[in-house]
Amino acid sequence: MVRMLEGTTRSADEVVALAPPNLAECTVEKVAVNAVMAGCRPEYLPVVLAALEAVCTDEFNMHGVLATTMSVGPVLVVNGPIAAEIGMNSGINALGHGNRANSTIGRAVQLVLRNVGGGAPGGIDRATLGHVGKQGFCFAEDEAGSPWDSLAGERGFGSGQNTVTAFCGEGPSLVMDQLSRSPESLTRSLAASLRSTVSPRIVMGMDAMLVLSPEHMSRFRDAGWDRTRFLAELAEHLMFDTDRIIAGADGIEEGLPVALAGHRLPKFRPGGLLVVHAGGPAGLFSAIIGGWKNGPGGSDPVTREITP
Amino acid sequence: MNTHEGTTVLDPTAEQRPATRERTARPASLSGLTVGLLDISKPRGDVFLDRVEEQLTTLGATVARYAKPTFTKPAPADLRHEIAIQCDAVIEALAD
Repeated sequence: MVRMLEGTTRSADEVVALAPPNLAECTVEKVAVNAVMAGCRPEYLPVVLAALEAVCTDEFNMHGVLATTMSVGPVLVVNGPIAAEIGMNSGINALGHGNRANSTIGRAVQLVLRNVGGGAPGGIDRATLGHVGKQGFCFAEDEAGSPWDSLAGERGFGSGQNTVTAFCGEGPSLVMDQLSRSPESLTRSLAASLRSTVSPRIVMGMDAMLVLSPEHMSRFRDAGWDRTRFLAELAEHLMFDTDRIIAGADGIEEGLPVALAGHRLPKFRPGGLLVVHAGGPAGLFSAIIGGWKNGPGGSDPVTREITP
Repeated sequence: MNTHEGTTVLDPTAEQRPATRERTARPASLSGLTVGLLDISKPRGDVFLDRVEEQLTTLGATVARYAKPTFTKPAPADLRHEIAIQCDAVIEALAD
């Protein structure tokens, strides 16, 4: 514990956040206890503290994220030099296991929410199924290998700043496209998968995170597409004729209210698709992480600077 | 924190215990009482509560309707207080 607390300059009795759902005062010491249990090294502690600050906000709405029957939890993306300094993985198996920092930072956050906040599964956590990422879901963005600004850069932070972004998400879903050689084809292909994120009958109400792998990213890099061009082209293929997705269309009772027939709506609200670059150098696969209800009545992504 | 024979055991929890209170006694009859119906703002929750209101009115209760701003967050403290001072009983409904 003493060594864990040496991982931060913050005093042990400093209150980091009010941990939902019980809004319990969560001190640096309590976080450190749970970080030890999770298997963190002391140098991970500042990331855990910033991640907790991010999820314990009204914007992120951790109480609702716990209480919902949907299978979602905090997905944590680390940006900045600290990712490499503490040995985080943004490459092969970035969303998987085998890296101590990736595996234990998210785990520590979950333990704090459960132990300090009181958000135990079957108690306040009412997820119908849950997902394995609720054990802890944290990875770093491959910034060095990306031609685009990072997720944190997109969200207003400098390249030298260390940040963690919390997104309320499901488990990742693979997108396979091994044949597209042009950015136009790959964009259409990614859009086809994104259209069914969470449900093919839901538009605008839920965000998503797209984790672009290096080989998929190379299609855009080679063609000189920047993030703005990519998102603009993608958006064109993410428009829905609402007649096709209203309740009852194609014999499916799930769908938009019938009153919304006759419109064209985008799959995602403006800014509702977060794009991150990560993964191993080989493999024409990316991943989609579906979100939960967005906006003030749900959960918005939150980025916090990681401080010593 | 618990120290025993040189070993200090640290508690990972908030070390809080919820305050316990006696429940308000169940009313023998709803006749003449004000019953609050809290809609958590899930789709079609109002359909369910409309029917409950009909039934309660038949039993002689006065019904007051309330709604949470969003189903994803706890009811605001002001709303809980409003219900507490205006009603003799409350029914909170979840429906999809």
